[in-house]
Formats: sequence, C-alpha cells, structure tokens
Amino acid sequence: MSETTAARRVLHTEAATMRFGGVTAVNNLNVEVFEGEIVALIGPNGAGKTTAFNLITGVYTPTEGKVFFAPGRSGEAPQAETEITGKKADAITRMGMARTFQNIRLFKTQTVFENILIGQHLHIKSGLFSAVLGIGHKEEKAMRERADELLQLLGLDHVRNEPCASLPYGLQRKLEIARALATNPTLLLLDEPAAGMNPQETVELTDFIRDIRSRFSLSVLMIEHHMDLVMDISDRIYVLDFGQTIAAGTPAEIQNNPRVIEAYLGVDADA
Amino acid sequence: MKKSLSLPRILTIACLVLLAVMVQLISMGALPFIDNYMIRVLNLCAVYAILGLSMNLVNGFTGMFSLGQAGFMAVGAYVTALFAMTPEVKERVFYLEPIEEWLGAIHMPFIVALLLGGLAAAVLSFFIGFPVLRLKGDYLAIATLGFAEIIRIIFLNLQTITNGAMGVKNIPPTADIRWCFAVLTLMVVFMLRLINSSYGRAFKAIRDDEIAAEAMGINLFKHKMMSFILSSFIAGIGGGLMASVVSAITPNLFRFTLAYDILLIVVLGGQGSITGTVVSAFVITAAKEWLRWLDAGFSLGPITVPEIAGLRMVIFSVLLMVIILFYRQGFFGSREFSWEGLFNIFRPKKKGDKKEAA
Ligand SMILES: Nc1ncnc2c1ncn2[C@@H]1O[C@H](COP(=O)(O)OP(=O)(O)OP(=O)(O)O)[C@@H](O)[C@H]1O
Ligand SMILES: [Mg+2]
Repeated sequence: MSETTAARRVLHTEAATMRFGGVTAVNNLNVEVFEGEIVALIGPNGAGKTTAFNLITGVYTPTEGKVFFAPGRSGEAPQAETEITGKKADAITRMGMARTFQNIRLFKTQTVFENILIGQHLHIKSGLFSAVLGIGHKEEKAMRERADELLQLLGLDHVRNEPCASLPYGLQRKLEIARALATNPTLLLLDEPAAGMNPQETVELTDFIRDIRSRFSLSVLMIEHHMDLVMDISDRIYVLDFGQTIAAGTPAEIQNNPRVIEAYLGVDADA
Repeated sequence: MKKSLSLPRILTIACLVLLAVMVQLISMGALPFIDNYMIRVLNLCAVYAILGLSMNLVNGFTGMFSLGQAGFMAVGAYVTALFAMTPEVKERVFYLEPIEEWLGAIHMPFIVALLLGGLAAAVLSFFIGFPVLRLKGDYLAIATLGFAEIIRIIFLNLQTITNGAMGVKNIPPTADIRWCFAVLTLMVVFMLRLINSSYGRAFKAIRDDEIAAEAMGINLFKHKMMSFILSSFIAGIGGGLMASVVSAITPNLFRFTLAYDILLIVVLGGQGSITGTVVSAFVITAAKEWLRWLDAGFSLGPITVPEIAGLRMVIFSVLLMVIILFYRQGFFGSREFSWEGLFNIFRPKKKGDKKEAA
C-alpha cells in the first residue's frame, strides 16, 4: 500500500527528543503515520522504541520537539492536525489514540468482559449519579452490548467471563488490543504485540492486525522484533538505534540497508 | 431480559424484610433477650460498617492509601450534632464560653443535619483532595493522616463553635437502631450500585494499574477525587450517626487511632469486598465489646492475669499483624456474597456448572 495520492497524515513528531538525566533515549525523532498505514518501529533492545511510544502517547512530555495528531474516532474522518505535546495520556486517548504495552498491563482483578467495558468508560455521557442510580441504564446496556460485539468480532467471546489473569499469554495480548479498540481509536500503537508468541500465533496475529486495520479504519504504529511479521505487514519502517533514527523506508529498502544490518548484527566483522 | 423475580432476588428481598422486622421488634423492646446495651453495640456495629465502607471505597476499590477518615467523621459528627441540638441544650452545653450566636440559634431535623454533616465532609475533602490526591502510596497516607489531625486540632481550639476539649454533650439520640440499620442498608446498596457502574469499574481499573487506566482515557485525578469525595461523604454520615449514638463527642474521639480501627475492619474483611467490610465491622465491633473482660483482669486456671488496660487492643493488633503476614486477602478477599455462591457450596461440584448458572 505505497502512498499514491496525498493521504492524510494522522501522526507526526517533529524532532522529538527524550532525555533521562544523561541518557538520550530518543534523539531527534521524526516519525510520520498516514491514514490507513501500518508503520513499524524497529531496532535493537534499548534503542528507544518504547520511549518513543511513551512520548507520543503522553506518558512522558518530550524534552524537546513536538508531537502532532489528527484526532478522530474510528470510522469517522480524522480532524485537522493539532499539537499534543505535553498533553496528558488520558486526554490523548480520548482524542482517538490507543495503545498496548510491552509488558501486558491488563486490569488483572477484572474479567475479560470487564476489561473491555473499562475501555469504553472514557466516552461515558451519564454522570456519576445517573450511572449509580440507574438513570443511565440505557448507556450501560449499550456499553455491554458493544463489549460483547467486540469480543465476538475478535474471537474472545469464549473467554468472556474468565478473569483475564488466567488467560494464556497469546490471548492476553489479544485482549489488550481489544481493550484498546474499545476506546474507539483512529490510531493504534502496539508495543511488541507478538512478544512471547509462537510462529503459528505470530502468523495469526499478522492477519489479525490487518483485519482490524480495515474493519476499524485504523492507522497502526507498531513496535516489533519478529522480522517476518514486520516485513510482511508494514507499509513503512523506521529503524532506531541508540535513540537515533538510522533508517526509514519500505520493507524492501530496510532489508537491504547496510546500516540496519550493522545495527542488528553488531559491528561488521570485516569492516 | 427482564429478571423480574428470580430466586436470588426473592431471597434478598425476604432477608431485607426479615431484617426490617427484627430491627422494628428490637426498637419496640419486643425481644427481651436484647437489652439496651446490646442495642447500643448493634448501633455501633452498623456505624462502623458504614465507616468501613467509606474507607474501603478509597483504599480497597480505588487503591489509594488514605487515612483521613477520622477527620471527615469529626466534621460530620460536629455538624450533625450542632445542627440537630436545640438552642436551649446548646446554651447549657456551652457553659464555659457561649456558642456563636448564629450557630446557637440553628435547629433542624436530624435527617437534614445528618445530610449537611455528610455534605460538609464532602466539601472539605474536595479542597483537601486538590493538594493530596497527587500523592501516592505512603505519602498520601501521611498527608491525609496529617489533615485529619489538623482538623482535630482546629476543633479543639474553636471554643465558641465546638466547645473545645470539653466537647459536645446531650446530642439528641435520634439515631436509634432503625436509623442505623436503614442508613447502613442504603449505603450498602449505594456502594454495590457504584462499584458495578462504569465509574466503579474505572475506580477498580485505577487500583489495578494506574498507567493502563490512564491509557484507557480515564482521568486519574478526576476519578480519584470522585472516590475521595464520596468516601468522605459516607464518613461524614457515619460520624453524624455516631455522634447521635454515643450522645457525647470530643475532639479526642477522632484521633488517628480511629482510622486505625476502621483500617482493621477493612483489612480483616478484605479490601475490595463490601460483604467483607460489613461482616468484619460487626464481628470486630461486637468482639471488642464482649472482650472487655480481658482488660479487667482474669484467671485461666492457675494463671492470673492482672488488670491491663488495653489488653484487648493488643489482641486485635496481633490479629491484624497475623492477617497481614499470612492472610493478606482478609475474610473475603475481593469477593462478594451471592446466593449462587452460597448454593454452590451445598451442591456437588460438576464441570460446566458455571455456565449454566449464568
Ligand atoms: N524512565 C526512564 N528513566 C531512565 N531511563 C529510561 C527510562 N525509560 C527508558 N530509559 C532508557 O532509555 C533507553 C531506551 O529504552 P526503551 O525502553 O525505550 O527501549 P526499547 O527500544 O523499547 O527496548 P526493548 O526492545 O528492550 O523494549 C534505555 O537505555 C532505557 O534504560
Ligand atoms: Mg520496549
């Protein structure tokens, strides 16, 4: 899906930099994601990928640089780009950007179904008292129906009432994606969705991501170590190493880029 | 999907009716084996259950370690007492220095005074919440405890409003057993509905994982504030009831040890369990009364234990430590009572049972 006409840009960072004391975890990052794209962020361990996610999603405020996002909900056209630098994570999610975490962060005392319900809380219209007194029971019912729909759509309905902590690893990852989708985003950020999955599950995940991309009209930014998955699914790839963006391009371009090969294999023996 | 009259529903209603009848009979003095002392203990049990619910909302359901309960109770207790007392009684109670004129003249029905007590506590918690709810864990505990102490010290020194260290006596004993159990029932229903609402789920999400909750678009500060204010409102109501039940209050009643007593109830019952809080409030409050003989000195066969004031508190503290060391979940963990659960105990376990029950 290489871009032909000027697709709308949903996300971009402008020279975003994140320093922790003396460590520059991310340096001068310029990432762009266009509508409907799947973009991958790859790089060796400690390259700064998760930190890049954190400064995009508002967990951190970048030390320098800016982040722009075109807000909107899934299925609707995103609005004009606005700056989100320094906005809080919850506000950014409410604008239509959702994420998963590298080290799964489900609400572990809750069931699968409840996790999905919590993902919808941000859009609630009933106030506290109408929700408690049952005046908002229509909305509650709609939330429950939508949660069931989502579970069915994503093939999680058979574990609906299980405590999420008891799910196998692969399903937990899937549930985390489902929970992010429950917030109704236009842009989905996945931090190593295939981590801990076997090859079979990884192949399924590839289809799954493609499927939700078109079903929910998403753009996806994804961190991933499984190269098969990355090369198969990505429209474009950014490569980070020690916080620097060392390459950007299509999968074919990245596969043949000597700097990328070097970063992944260590310093070339005969260089 | 109208679940008009399912068996659990009928049972619940039946139990509530039974409770109401019992309470009515007790308050009419129709049950000779329940004397005034026992009624007083039952009232205290109900009040402590309400206070436990208040603390459980913040600590057990929202995962904030707050120990400010005593302060909010004090506010509720004083507001309720001073608004519900008649001007004549107030004039007699404030004999050292007369009460402020406007406050002395106020007199309103107990229910209004009680609601205002709860509201006053809620409003105060809103202002306290702004600085302290940005803190986490132990820091929040220290800050809230500190605020509760500040409130107590202020009350100690507002001679013309609170009567200072002498406290307020002759508070109308309106809160009889019917009041206490009615308010407790209301609070339990409110908590159950809250916890099972979308907001309650958001509270639990914050407790389970703040970062994930925030990533789900939940405004942490706003939701913590909601939980804190509701909890303080309930604490204020509990304090107001307590004032009426014990009929005399002093600032010293609301020392930080009170927060510790309530914490004991919540931890023993299970953080995040409404059932647990109510059960453990009754067990602990009743046990504390009936174990008074421990303090008076006793003999176990050849061993004679002399009079040691506070021995029963030592026993409760040891109990708390044991629970925290070996049985952190408390009686109920985060589980709730349900009729289905009760039936399942008596039914032989079969595979696939769970699905049929749903
Ligand atoms: N909060 C923090 N405080 C200090 N240093 C941090 C913090 N977060 C990340 N770092 C540092 O920033 C660098 C990049 O970390 P980051 O987690 O972004 O790497 P990553 O590319 O996601 O690696 P991995 O593939 O292992 O997940 C590391 O050196 C890490 O130690
Ligand atoms: Mg990472």
